[in-house]
Formats: sequence, structure tokens, C-alpha cells
Amino acid sequence: MATNAATAHRGGWLARERTVADPGFNRWLVPPAALCVHLCIGEVYAFSVFNKPLSLLNGTVGPDGAVVPAANDWSIASLGWIFSIAILFLGLAAAFGGTWVEKVGPRKTMAAAAALLGGGFLVASLGVAWHQLWLVYLGYGVLGGCGLGLGYISPVKTLMSWFPDKPGMATGMAIMGFGGGAFIASPLSVWLMGIGGVAFAFVVLGIVYFVYMMVGATIVRVPPKGWLPQGYVAPTKSRGLVTTANVHVDEALKTRQFWLLWGVLFLNVTAGIGVLGQASLMSQEMFPGLITAGAAAGFVGLLSLFNMGGRFFWASTSDYIGRKNTYMIFFALGIILYALVPTTGQMGSIVLFVLFYGIILSMYGGGFATIPAYLKDVFGNQYVGAIHGRLLTAWSAAGIVGPSLVNYIRDYQINSGVPKADAYTVTMYIMAGLLAVGFVLNFLMTPVNERHHLEADAAPSRA
Amino acid sequence: MNNHASNGSSLKLALAWAFVGIPLAWGIVMTLINALALFQ
Repeated sequence: MATNAATAHRGGWLARERTVADPGFNRWLVPPAALCVHLCIGEVYAFSVFNKPLSLLNGTVGPDGAVVPAANDWSIASLGWIFSIAILFLGLAAAFGGTWVEKVGPRKTMAAAAALLGGGFLVASLGVAWHQLWLVYLGYGVLGGCGLGLGYISPVKTLMSWFPDKPGMATGMAIMGFGGGAFIASPLSVWLMGIGGVAFAFVVLGIVYFVYMMVGATIVRVPPKGWLPQGYVAPTKSRGLVTTANVHVDEALKTRQFWLLWGVLFLNVTAGIGVLGQASLMSQEMFPGLITAGAAAGFVGLLSLFNMGGRFFWASTSDYIGRKNTYMIFFALGIILYALVPTTGQMGSIVLFVLFYGIILSMYGGGFATIPAYLKDVFGNQYVGAIHGRLLTAWSAAGIVGPSLVNYIRDYQINSGVPKADAYTVTMYIMAGLLAVGFVLNFLMTPVNERHHLEADAAPSRA
Repeated sequence: MNNHASNGSSLKLALAWAFVGIPLAWGIVMTLINALALFQ
């Protein structure tokens, strides 16, 4: 794919100018470019497959054939920090890297994300080979986490610029890839560890992810200034929450709407992520004797499928019914389903239990995928990538609060003498309460006051 | 710029989507196979 001849001489291969599409470029090539990145960074959800092998690196085979950890082996608790550090740096990179992403464009950002994630895996492999946990924290947690954050936001604005007629569907496709990345990473990682151990798996994954993401960086293009899809007429007047104006990223943080949406995302994610982390244990405790450990693993996989499918389904639906209405459905339906889940346990109905949680998790994923288009509606397209990055701090916060809340309430209930099968009832009602607060926050969303808008020609339009 | 695949770009488009679609489909099938244990 050649670049625009008029701009090809400006900047290196990674420069934004080199990614301006030629006439004849098909915009449907951009979603696979975005998926190349999101399918790779979605591997973070499968990181738990490394925990046990990493905790037995120096272990010996006991008399019963099982591997026994050595005294200097890493504890599961210390290994848990690898994932936590990665998620923390994902949020930080998305929040603080957003402005840079706006400046340099999608290709350089994707390439940086590829180098950070791939390089992070290589550094982590050295940590495994030399048995230095701090190197794994640095490699996978810090470097890899920054790669995850930059990779996550890299294609969002570009996709919405190519699909102004379907911004929800476009970002939904990419963010669906983030939900689906674990499906590939999990069996692939297990297979690679079986061949050559954890360090070998890290090296191969680092190289594979780097190459795969660079394919995305090669394919990606931004539309020329002023480009619109054939037959699409851009609105000239703001309508409801959908504005034709733009708000600068720094100004957006001063608006009530940004913090309302921060709360909306935080509460939607908190309600979903806490349950997702406890899904295996919860299903076994709510259905003792009916759901085994193996079946519980299947349940977790099924929830992940709903999580992934919901990202595409709900984000696409939001193009037709509006973002605010979509979130109203998330919160209203979520309240009903969370309130009904304890009943499914009392009825002993696994099918209803799986169905209800499936729908809840589809809305958890849908919340992630719909928020970029919601931000575009409210703050305009010009700085939506950077604003999205700042908003993702809500995800980091929910990642800490959600699991802590579910774990704390469960332990409190069990310590108070509540049977394990009923220990989640209060949790479900609290989750429903959180969603009720989210419903109110979303209900309060109004258009941004004009005093926050940029003047029409305040800055050049960038894709 | 095209909104839909033209003859010239359809091969490129098919290759790009296959590049991301095949691994994703494989991962989904593996997950569904594991999920069957839930209903057995």
C-alpha cells in the first residue's frame, strides 16, 4: 500500500504523514489493523496460566509424582503483582500517553506498543531464566503494561475517523479483539510452556506479538483531512448529546460530563470485574456438587465469550439507539439480573445462572466498547483518543475496587456463618446497588456547555 | 476511498481479515470445547 505521494517525503515510515491513505484505500482494512494490536494485548487476561509454572521453577518431583516448590520458589502472592503492575501501567500509559498518541498518530503508537510488549516479554524471560522476580515485574509489568495501554488507545480515534457513520461498531470491533485475545493466548501459552518452559514461551510470545502488532502498524492508515464516507452527510448542528464541536483534552477534565462518564465506566466495570475474577469459585460454591472445577473453567471461558461478543454487539447497537440509551439498558438490565442471580442458585438452575451472568458480562464488555463513541458524541472527534486514555483510569480504579469488594464481602459472610452457597447473595445486591448509582449518573448526562468548545479552526484536524 | 471492497482490494482485504479471523476463530472453538464440560 503506497502512501499519499504528496506527503510521502515528510517524516519517516512511522510518521503520521506517511499513513495518510491514497485514493482507493478501502476503510475496511483498518479494523483488521486494529485487531492485530488488540488481539495481542488481550493476552493480559490469560496471564494467570503462567502463575503455577512460575511458582514451581525450581521445584522437584515428589514421591507422588507432583511437583513440590523449592524454598526459593516465588509465592503465588508475589506473582500476583505481575498482573497488577501490568494493569496499573496500562492505565497510566493510556492516561498520560493519550496526548502523545494524538500527536504522532496510530502507526508510531502501534509500533511503540509492539516494542514495549514484545520487549517486555523478552526482559521477563531473562527474569525467569535468572530467577530474578524484579526483572519480571519490570519486563512484563512495567514495559509490557505500557505497551498494553498505548496499544489499547492507538487505533480508537483512527477507527472513528474512518467510520463516522458507525463509530460504535468500528471501536467495538477493535475492543472485541482485546476481549478475545485471551482465547488465543491461553492455549498458545500452555502449548509453548509444554515445549520449552516459561522462559522459552516468553521469548516466543514476545517475538510473535511484536511481529503481529507490526503487521497492524503496517496496514493502518488515516483518512485525508476532510474525508467522509460515500453517501454520508456529516451533521452540521449538534443534536442531543451528539456535538459537532470539539473539546480539548485538558478542558474536558474540567467538565461535569467527563466525571459523570468516569463514574459510569467505573461502576459498570466494578460490577463486572469483581464477578469475573471470582467466577470459577463462585459457580462451584453456589452449585456444590453440580459444578466441578473443570466445569467452572468452562464457565469462565463462556463468560469471556459473552464479554467479547458483547463488545461488538452493544457498541454496534449504540449506533442505532444512542450511547445514553445503551448505558441505560446496561444499568437497568444489570440491576434486574444481579437481583435475580441468587434465585437461580436457590432454584439449582445452572442454565439460568450461566445465561444471566453471560448477559451481565456482555454488558461489562459492551461498556468498554461503547465508551469511545460516547466520548466522541460528547466531546467531538479531535481529542477523543487522549480523552479516552484519561477516562481509562476509571478501569484501573475499578480493577482494584471490584475484586476487593467481592472478596471482602464473601469472606465477611462466610466468617459470619453464612453457608458458602448463600455467601454471594449480599454481593449481588450490592452490585445491583452500584449499577443503580450508575443509572443515575448516566441519566444526568447533558451536552457540554459551549464555553468548553474549541473554536472551529483552533487546531488542525487530525485523524 | 472506498466504503466497500472493490475487486482490486478484495484479496488484500480477505488476507487481512483472515490474518486476524483465523486465530480468533481457533481460540473461540477451543473455549467452546472447554465450556462443554459445564453442561455434561
